[in-house]
Parts: sequence; C-alpha cells; structure tokens
Amino acid sequence: MYEILTGPVFYLALGVCIIGMIVRFVLYFKGLSWQLDRVAYKAYPGAGFKGAVRSIYKWLIPYGTYGWRTQPVMAFAFFGFHIGAVFIPLCLIAHNVFLAEKLGFSLFTISTSVADLITWIAVFCLLFLTLRRLVLPEVRILTDRKDWGVLLISLAPFITGLLARYQVGDYTLMLNLHILSGEIVLFAIPFTKLSHVFLFFASRAQLGMDFGIKRGGLKGTKMAW
Amino acid sequence: MPEGTLCNKKPIETAEGITTLLADKSGAKYYEEMKHLDIDSDLLWKTIQNTVKSRMKTWLEICAHCGMCADSCFLYQVNGRIPEQVPAYKIQSTLGEIIKKKGKVSNKFMRDTMEVAWAQCTCCNRCGTYCPHGIDTGIMFGYLRGLLHQQGFVPWELKIGAGMHRVYHAQMDVTDEDFVDTFEWMVEEYEEDYPGVKVEVDKDDADIMYTVNAREVKHYPEDLAEAAILFHIAGENWTVPSKGWEQTSLAMFAGDWAACKIQVESVYEAMDRLKPKRMVGTECGHAHRATVVEGPYWAGRPDGKPPVESIHYVEWLAEALREGKLKIDPSKRIKEPVTLQDSCNYIRNHGMKNATREIMSHIVEPGYFIEMAPNKEHNYCCGGGGGFNGIGLFRSQRNQALITKRDQILATGAKLVIAPCHNCWDAIRDLEEEYEIGIKWSFLKPLVLKMLDIPEHLLPKDEDE
Ligand code: SF4
Ligand code: SF4
Repeated sequence: MYEILTGPVFYLALGVCIIGMIVRFVLYFKGLSWQLDRVAYKAYPGAGFKGAVRSIYKWLIPYGTYGWRTQPVMAFAFFGFHIGAVFIPLCLIAHNVFLAEKLGFSLFTISTSVADLITWIAVFCLLFLTLRRLVLPEVRILTDRKDWGVLLISLAPFITGLLARYQVGDYTLMLNLHILSGEIVLFAIPFTKLSHVFLFFASRAQLGMDFGIKRGGLKGTKMAW
Repeated sequence: MPEGTLCNKKPIETAEGITTLLADKSGAKYYEEMKHLDIDSDLLWKTIQNTVKSRMKTWLEICAHCGMCADSCFLYQVNGRIPEQVPAYKIQSTLGEIIKKKGKVSNKFMRDTMEVAWAQCTCCNRCGTYCPHGIDTGIMFGYLRGLLHQQGFVPWELKIGAGMHRVYHAQMDVTDEDFVDTFEWMVEEYEEDYPGVKVEVDKDDADIMYTVNAREVKHYPEDLAEAAILFHIAGENWTVPSKGWEQTSLAMFAGDWAACKIQVESVYEAMDRLKPKRMVGTECGHAHRATVVEGPYWAGRPDGKPPVESIHYVEWLAEALREGKLKIDPSKRIKEPVTLQDSCNYIRNHGMKNATREIMSHIVEPGYFIEMAPNKEHNYCCGGGGGFNGIGLFRSQRNQALITKRDQILATGAKLVIAPCHNCWDAIRDLEEEYEIGIKWSFLKPLVLKMLDIPEHLLPKDEDE
C-alpha cells in the first residue's frame, strides 16, 4: 500500500495538481477581456502590474488591509490556518526527506517544535472556522455541501498527520491515511474550491489591475486596501 | 400574456413611447404586465455563455462563502443584519441561480431578482474592497441588471430614463435647444453682477468643454449660471456643445448597454467636433463614471479613455484654487462644523479623494472640517446610488437605506454637508426630509461663489463714478 501511495499515486496527484493549475491559470488570464471586464489591461501593462502586485501582497500581510483589520478574530483564524496549510506541507522535515527521495530536491525546513506549534494552531483555527460556519447566520446562509467537503478534505491531512506524529493507533495505517489524504488534496485542488490556492492570486491580480488602471491608479491614487 | 404593451423586452425609442409609459402613473399597469412577462431562456443563457468569462466565472466559483463581505455592505448593516443581505448571498441567489439553471427561471424569480438588483445593491463596490478574493459583487450586480433589462424586468422609471437617453440623448426630455436657451438665459441674468460673463456655444478648440446633468437644465438652472461665473472669474477659455452636453446615464443604472453607448458617443462626438483641450463635467458622480470611467469601454475605445482628457468638477476646482485662478477670501471661509460626502463613483471608483480634500483646505476655516467615519474610498454609499433614489417601487427600502448616511452625518456633529454629486445631494436632501436631523447640504459651486475674492476688473463698475 505504502509503495503504491508514495509511488504512482503520488506522482499522479502531483502531476494532476500542477498541470491542472497551470491550465487553469493560463485559461484565466487568456479569458480576461478588456471589453467584457471594461479594464484596458493591455494599454497599461505597467500600471496594471503595479496594481496587481499591491492587491496581492497587501492581502497576504496579516492585518495588512482594512478588510482584515475590521474582523480581527476572523483574520487570526484565517492566517492561523493558512500559515499551517502552506508551511507544514512544504517545510516539514519529514516531508522534505520524502521530497528529496522522490523528486531529488527539498525546500527549507522548520524545526519539529515549530512545526508542532504551527500545526496545532492550524487545527484549532480550522475548528474555529468550522464553528463560525455553524454559528454565524451570515456565514451559515452561504454554506453549502461543497464547503463542508472542502473543509473535511483540508482537515484530514492535519488530523492524520498528528495521529501519525504522536503514534496514536496503528502507525503504518495512520501514515498511509495521511499520505492518501494529502494526495486527495492535490487531486482536488484544480477541480474544487481549493483551486483558490492558485486562483486567489489570479483573482486578486485582476481586481488590482482594475483599480490600478481604471479605478484611480492612473490618477496616482492607490487603493487603500 | 408574453409581452405587455408597456412592459416588454423592447427598449423605448420614440418620444410617444416615453409619453405613453409616463402616462401610466407610478407604473401601475407596467408592473401588472410584468407579472405575465415571459422569459426568453435561450437568449438569456446564450448571453451568459458569451459574457460570463474568466473574471466572473472565477468569482462565482472560488467565493469561499466566508461572509467577510457582510459587514462591508451598508445595506446589510442597516437592514437588521439579516443574512439575506450578505453581498455574496445576494448575488449567488440571483445571478448564481440563473447560471445554475442555465437561464430556465420563472417570472416570479425574475421579479424577485429585480428587487435584489435594484433595492438591495446600489453598485457602490465597497464589498469588493473587503473581500479577500477580490470578488466585486457590485460589478456583478451591474452585469445582472443588464440581463434583467434584456428580459424586460427593469424598474419603470429606469426604463423611461434609458428611453430618454435614446430619444433625447439626455436623462430627461430636455432638447438641445432647451439646453442652449436655458444656459444662455441663465447667464444673461447675471450679466450685471458679473460683467463680461458669457457662455459660448460650440466654440472650437476651447481649453474646456463643459458637460452637465440634464436635471440642472430642467430643475436647477442656477447651477449652470454658477458654473459659467466660476469659469469666467477663473479666466477659462471654455465652451459648451450644442449637442452631446449631457454627461449622465440613467441607461447605466438600467443596464441598457446599447443606450449607454448611444449616450456616451454623443458626448465623444462633441469632443471630436469641437476639439477642446479637456472636458470638465459637473458635480455628479455617476455622470463621471458613465462618461469618463465606463464610457470609453462602451464606445469600444481600447485605451479606456475618452477622446480628450476628461476631469471631474472637483479636479478642476482643486486645480483652479491651487493655481490661484480662483481666490478665496479667508474671512468668508466656512466657519461652522462641516463634513464632506465622498461619492462612490469618483472617490472609491476613480481615486479623487485628494482633490476634494484640497478644496476643503481652501474653503473651510482650519478646525471646522470633520471627516465622516469611514471616509474616502471606504465611505458608505449615500443610500440612493445606482438608481435607488429614483425608483418609486422601492421607496421604503431606499428610505431605510438612508439611515447609514444619517447616522454617519450625525456622528460628525456637522450642520453642513458638502455633497459634490447629484445622487448624494438628493439622498441627503431626502434624508433630511425624512428624518429631520437639522442639516443643510450643498454643492460646491454656490459655496465657492459666495467666498470668492474677485479681482477688481471683474466687478461691476459703480455707475456714480
Ligand atoms: S468575502 Fe468574498 S469570498 Fe467571502 S463570502 Fe464574500 S464574496 Fe465570498
Ligand atoms: S456593491 Fe455596495 S450595496 Fe452592493 S452588495 Fe456590495 S457593498 Fe452592498
């Protein structure tokens, strides 16, 4: 089982995720239309680029925008989860040993104690976000089955990873489940709302270009996100 | 009954058509007919397939359903924070459903959607700046209005308004002759007080071509005179076109894109004909948005700009004060608590927050200008934007919506509200009428005119001398 999951299935999942997202990214930008969107993208590439970069990086900074600051608790939960969701898969020592073995390269790693902390924060934040979905009427009304699916898919690798990490239950089983759940995430990214891990940048870039070109950017005033 | 005689899918293209529709008081018969209007689902679906591309498709798909946009919407806040007013819900339960059902929706659904599109969103675009994914629900509502218009589900007043643009190239039945006559007559009225003041119609190669809001011609002709006097005192070489003088676009509120194009092209033709250096528009927000920000795209201009540089009145005024073309007498500056309404259409959506504040620094005694909270690009809609002010059917919803601005104004403690935008001005007038909070409201022109330090040679000569 372990061989299959870490062999063909792993390569397939990674391939589907990367190729799928490249295709979606290219399609997104090819599908932007200056006439439909009413933004002269091509006429002002410089202003558009500046606007796009600003619109992305401002929102990546915790409490960097009015949006984040008006909802501090939500912002904490959001970043608490997303920091884990980005750094744990990419920077955990065990993951990088695996990467080096499979793909011949590894990324920078974080110490186990830091990783533990980030993971626990991520899990608690995700549970908080779940609770928020259940409790707040303005979020509940938006929630559909797909949202629960995405939540479950995102939570699974953390839970199984922790169980394996603390060797709760059958270690081999947990490890296999952990790998499988991680691969499900990879498979799901191009086809579900998880596509936002890449399309967030596309969508933010678009609105950034809109403001950078059409809605004031050319006047020299920057949008105070 | 598929198509009604008044309520149908055809836009109005004749003066008789306008008269007939106007004769139907408050649109009683019009709305009755709407209950039986058929939906052309094939056309609807085909239009969606052709026009919902990358941007909107992605917006609808990746919306995290996080609800962070809820609080950003003043209509959510002011309507008891009911979840049905969350921007993401409003658009997904309307446009989202139409797309899901591939255009196969019922008459009742379309009528409900019409209410959401015009009474639950003013297209202020504030939510777009608060969504982590950059999802601009206001833009989607603008688009949805276009679909509704195509199918004939459009508020009575806006159907008339769009028809006016098609027939008169103006939002009201003001003809080109009416415009020229009124402008000339109003300016003549002031010749004694301001010797030399004149309006030159259709002058070629002027520095400024001035465009207005038809309401000024019909209901507030003083505004035309004030504009003329201020240009005169500032020593500007300016003109007005005899055709293409209307800057507004109720067609934009109606989602009648073809009429938007007709309207804005009439202004661009005037620019091409008279070749002014710049166009200056009056103190109106949506007019600026229609003619300067969105208009170039309706007219198919790939550079996204009108044929000549086009600025808002506040930009011209700020410049005139900065360069000393207009001088304020410091003793006449405003010396009472005063606040400023930032119009969504040219502040949030065209970055002019500094121009209006520069003007305030000239005309208000230091210490008396109080910012609303929030302000600048984060300001709330006046409560009457996007056509909301003018729709009788949704009057009670509009009056509820005014509460946000009322409370913002009350919190400043100011007794005077400066509103350099026709829509905001109307909304603030109506909120005073409705809630009687004891405020005054004003455009910039009359205020500035009263506090000018006018050079000697422009003053009337004393007869006795
Ligand atoms: S804030 Fe944006 S992502 Fe969240 S629910 Fe609103 S539109 Fe969707
Ligand atoms: S555009 Fe303005 S009125 Fe419309 S949903 Fe967004 S915040 Fe509310």
